[in-house]
Amino acid sequence: METLNAFAPELIRMIIAVIGAAVLVFGNALVMGYMERKLAGHFQRRTGPMEVGFHGILQLIVDGIKLMAKQLVIPAKADKPLYMLAPIISFAPVFLPLLVIPFSDRIQGFDLDVALLFMLAIASVNVFAVLIGGWASNNKYSMFGAFRAVAQSIAYEIPMLLSLLAIVFMTNTFSLRGIMDAQNVWFIFLQPVAFLIYLVSMVAETNRAPFDLPEAESELTAGFHTEYSGMAFSLFMMAEYTNMFIASCIATVFFLGGTSGIPLPYFEYTGIIWFLLKAYMFMFFLVWIRWTFPRTRFDQLMNLCWKYLLPFSLVNLLITVVVVKL
Amino acid sequence: MKAYFSELFTGAWSLIVGMKVTLKALFSPVVTVQYPRQKIDVTPNYRGHIDLIKDPETGTHRCITCGSCMRDCPSDCIVVEGEKREGVKGKVLTLFTLDYTKCSHCGACVEVCPTDALDYCDDYEVAGSAREDFHYDLIKRVEERE
Repeated sequence: METLNAFAPELIRMIIAVIGAAVLVFGNALVMGYMERKLAGHFQRRTGPMEVGFHGILQLIVDGIKLMAKQLVIPAKADKPLYMLAPIISFAPVFLPLLVIPFSDRIQGFDLDVALLFMLAIASVNVFAVLIGGWASNNKYSMFGAFRAVAQSIAYEIPMLLSLLAIVFMTNTFSLRGIMDAQNVWFIFLQPVAFLIYLVSMVAETNRAPFDLPEAESELTAGFHTEYSGMAFSLFMMAEYTNMFIASCIATVFFLGGTSGIPLPYFEYTGIIWFLLKAYMFMFFLVWIRWTFPRTRFDQLMNLCWKYLLPFSLVNLLITVVVVKL
Repeated sequence: MKAYFSELFTGAWSLIVGMKVTLKALFSPVVTVQYPRQKIDVTPNYRGHIDLIKDPETGTHRCITCGSCMRDCPSDCIVVEGEKREGVKGKVLTLFTLDYTKCSHCGACVEVCPTDALDYCDDYEVAGSAREDFHYDLIKRVEERE
């Protein structure tokens, strides 16, 4: 007991938060992987995984074991240290944004004053990993995938930030808790344009269809992760799913009022139910549009960003600033 | 400027229409079956390899051992043999084999058969591990069929 008391209670809290974040990363990858495959099936009037466990519920665990057991093939002319580093750079930072997300009033790693900047900065590291992975593979498909990913992410970060900035101007804080608490009316009703812009940028930012140019199967085999196998590949996949989750969480906090909903007993803890429900609604949306829309061409992707999203987000920001100032 | 906005709105509307289509598909019943556990009937148009038809009246095949199919087969994959027996009119079929490895499903044998003794079967699970697995003895097959 004495050694335990020697630690600051804050330290113990942080350890619990980090463990919780790790559980969330892997749990989310399992749930999302299963949900995506099942929904993909039903969107095409198939059943999806059915063999392992009840309605294929254990499929992802079996797949995980398979991926872990697989040999990691490193191409002969690849840049070996960078090649192995890329999946780690992609996967390692995804824990951090989860620490600052207010899942409910009492379930939050810590309330950072600049949480939004922190999250978006960490999310941008993923682009770096994609570029390194594409470069180090020494493969033209990977290289092109990486080029596209960088161009796309840089382009779409701007409207994404501008649309969120409109809300920051309204609430005067970067803290996610502050933004959540400021919503008497959900911001989706006060800022519908910002919401739509964020929604589109979110899809592009997480490299999901119809903006999955970096890993376009039909043109680039698998894009930046063409040469990756086994666990290296699954680290990329888990990073992608976690980034989807983080983007959904930002959308939930900014536009759907975070935990707000019908009050439940012990609401300071059970608010997480509403939060996850809303976040997974966005995840469902991401899967839904993936199985609805065909992939955009690259020039169309850039046109959409620079000619539509950017002017609209600037005008929206301007109007917001004027209204707030009045 | 007008084109800019009309493009935006028609584009957005078409996206919503598309999403409605897939959402309807999501809640429609599944149309595929879980194949090895669940099987559906084969369409009558399906052309498997050839098989002797079992005549419901006589309870056996209708082949008269004329050998037309053997002669017509462009791939030489059919072998028909018969023998003369005491007290039986015509020849009696003793051998009817199909080398399915060479068959190209042209259907010349089915067309030419004077007694309509041949037809395509609806067998679609025809995997094998050796070449001999595809040398079918059609007489045996017709006797084994119920």
